[in-house]
Amino acid sequence: MLGVIGVDSLDDLIGDIPIEHRHPSLNLDAGLSEQELSGVFAAIAAENASAVNGYISFLGAGAYSHYIPSTVKSILQRGEFVTAYTPYQPEAAQGTLQVGFEFQTVICQLTGMEVANAGMYDGPTAFAEACLMAARVTKRTRIGVLSSADARLPETLLAYSKHQGIEIVSIDPNATEIPDDLACIGVQSPNFFGEIEDVERFTNLTHENGALSIVHVNPTALGMFKAPGEFDVDIVTAEGQPLGVPMAFGGPYVGLFACKKAHIRQMPGRIIGRTTDTQGRVGYALTLQTREQHIRRERATSNICTSTQLIGLMVTVYAATLGKRGLKDLANLCYQKAHYAAAEIDQLDGFSVERTGPFFHEFVITCPESPAKINSALLDRKIIGGLDISDRSNNGMLVCVTETSSKADIDRLVDALREIGAGS
Amino acid sequence: MTITTGAGDIDRRLLMDRSVPRRVAFTVPDSDVPFQKLPDSSYLRDDVELPEVSQLEVVRYFSVLSQLNFSIDTNFYPLGSCTMKYNPKINDELANLPGLADIHPLQPEETVQGAIRLLKSLQDDLGEITGLPGVSLAPLAGAQGEYAGLLITRAYHAARNDAERTVAIVPDSAHGTNPASAAMAGLEVATVRSDDHGNVDVENLRELADGRTAVFMLTIPSTMGLFEPNILEIIKIIHDAGGLVYADGANLNALLGIVKLGDLGVDICHSNLHKTFSTPHGGGGPGSGPVMVTDELAKYLPKPVAEKTENGYVLAIPEASIGPINGFHGSFSIAARAYAYIKSLGLEGLQSVSENAIIGANYIQAKLKDKYDLAADRYCMHEAVLSASRQKKRGVAGLDIAKRLLDFGIHAPTMYFPLIIEEALMVEPTESESRETLDHFIAVMRQIDDEIDSTPELIHEAPHDLPVTRLDEAKAARKPVLRWTAEG
Repeated sequence: MLGVIGVDSLDDLIGDIPIEHRHPSLNLDAGLSEQELSGVFAAIAAENASAVNGYISFLGAGAYSHYIPSTVKSILQRGEFVTAYTPYQPEAAQGTLQVGFEFQTVICQLTGMEVANAGMYDGPTAFAEACLMAARVTKRTRIGVLSSADARLPETLLAYSKHQGIEIVSIDPNATEIPDDLACIGVQSPNFFGEIEDVERFTNLTHENGALSIVHVNPTALGMFKAPGEFDVDIVTAEGQPLGVPMAFGGPYVGLFACKKAHIRQMPGRIIGRTTDTQGRVGYALTLQTREQHIRRERATSNICTSTQLIGLMVTVYAATLGKRGLKDLANLCYQKAHYAAAEIDQLDGFSVERTGPFFHEFVITCPESPAKINSALLDRKIIGGLDISDRSNNGMLVCVTETSSKADIDRLVDALREIGAGS
Repeated sequence: MTITTGAGDIDRRLLMDRSVPRRVAFTVPDSDVPFQKLPDSSYLRDDVELPEVSQLEVVRYFSVLSQLNFSIDTNFYPLGSCTMKYNPKINDELANLPGLADIHPLQPEETVQGAIRLLKSLQDDLGEITGLPGVSLAPLAGAQGEYAGLLITRAYHAARNDAERTVAIVPDSAHGTNPASAAMAGLEVATVRSDDHGNVDVENLRELADGRTAVFMLTIPSTMGLFEPNILEIIKIIHDAGGLVYADGANLNALLGIVKLGDLGVDICHSNLHKTFSTPHGGGGPGSGPVMVTDELAKYLPKPVAEKTENGYVLAIPEASIGPINGFHGSFSIAARAYAYIKSLGLEGLQSVSENAIIGANYIQAKLKDKYDLAADRYCMHEAVLSASRQKKRGVAGLDIAKRLLDFGIHAPTMYFPLIIEEALMVEPTESESRETLDHFIAVMRQIDDEIDSTPELIHEAPHDLPVTRLDEAKAARKPVLRWTAEG
């Protein structure tokens, strides 16, 4: 091939690279065969604690353990989905595009909203982009976030907004008045502690003040709890991971993003629309691209480009597999198990569970000593306890129970807490 | 209704239109705990209208849809700037091991030592490859890596009481994400021109670089597929003006073992693991965009950074970190695939990647330049930017050529980018493709050029053999239909 090009060596092709810096020494290992690599990975995986080596876990706080149906894993093996890229040539990407349209439909059905985009990076970045969108829509620069939200939401928002003249204001969940110059209020429901927030009241409050209402939801909870769309919410965001996506130590996930149709031209991210071909047949294409960075450059609604299409596929197959009945049953099962666990732990000496209203998945237990100590003792029993939230609640531990915890697992946790509590 | 045959009759009905009441694909187990009272009905919703279909229908629906796609596994996919190389199957398999896929991001560090060890090893290798030793794997895609790099830039200048530097200089050939990220970081964008050879216009850069320059964002090699011959001078101009140099690593596939960005004087770069390091593109993500910096800037990296301590591996927060930029620790299972890729290839394998990528692109350029204009008539790096300007004069646009390629089962090159090249067709073959595949592509491109004179309608009406012909994209934008509704 060099002969065809008309050169003698590679170096004739890279003559523009300063010669003193060409072909640097690299301190890298020699290559491994597939079989050797598998051995390396087996060793890495064995150093992690998970169900395969006998651990049970009660962590949630933004990433949730759920059973992933075989259909999701099977479709995820299809290279036609996995090794395609952004559908810039729609005629050669109708599979990806129709899945994206299905995904947008699922998100609208779940949230009760009018339109959704094809997905953001993850829940917190979707929330941050929603707040920036509210600032653009209202032309205001102060953003309220309920103090009962996961700290990762305002933290990510700060990273996204710190050089755009945006101020983040923490709002008390019991507030009956809000500042009149806010662009929006972001409510997480269920909130960080698992409690269902009064979305309706906050939405009314924001609208009275000319602000937008943003609600960050848990999509599994939407199998039973009222959808934000029922309360006239303007933008809904969520972490899509619970819908068929492995926890995978934090990613990749998919951010869900839905809003009212009126705001669609301020929405960030890819949007897929239906159209027809020259023969009148239905087809799908990326649309409203004039919002995006590759067209509008520094005036784009966001810098997002490559997002999370494949994770969106997982969510779509998951939703199709569970279907109308499955999602409802699943939400109820999670509810039953979490409430059983909370009731059992509440009966233990030294432990108490704060329960004022309905909750989903998660609840805060107050421990007789530091949650760090309790968790350490639990870990000796191959139990990964709840999240230590003593920084937000005195001796508080945020315990999460989903359908993947059997009654036996829950009882194992309760017995262990009883034992540890008695020793403290 | 008449039942017809042929490709035009693929069943495109949506899932909701296939729904039959009470049909199920999956059964949720019965509860094994005593019944717990449900909340007040005012909290509860009606059923979510999701599809009611059988499991076979789910599998068949998505399997048939997948067949409507072009992909690397099924097609030559020379989409420039996207590095559509082969994605080894073993990497997916290993990343999905339960010991990696089923771990929670907030698990105590002592229970995820393997995961953090993997991240540390990948950080070290990316630092070594780029010559920029400070690495955070947190960014979730290239654009987030860019943004992180710009936040680091701003933090650096602020720490030096030099916060008045609010200008990002960006070449006119840059990816759209560069100016978009700069705007998000509160920076004003100044555009530097390219000269007639596709290089940064050094004199124009000299005029622009001054006390307000925060950063120069340069794609290396450029989106023209070229290596800046004046790279050292360019970097010196920016450094002398007090700015930092950010390298967009979208095209890092040209540089493995060829040159280290850090050696050139670059301060910050990102790399797209889904490009250079072969993690699947997924139809548009998930990606991963690690950010690499000099030792001096490492204290500003986004959290977390994996570190090895006496007590094992930890996820640390750098002392002056720009903070978290997303929910958890980045795209872990993408990082695992990139780690598998680097460990498989090893030193020699990685060096041959860029060599073969560069040779392949130049081979295409050499065998097509009599028919197609080149964006710059010189040797290219890993991608060849062609221009269909001659074809345009004969009545066929770059878009038409792109669509005609689809008929031959070849994915189109990147079209109309970089913006400064008329009728641009950016071809990136990657090192994965055989000489036979490249020869086939070359033959097809030459044939299409012949068709302009013999059968132009074949090109204008292309594609012919795909599930749809050209789509009315204007209609999609004018009257947006973005979801299924019962009304259709």
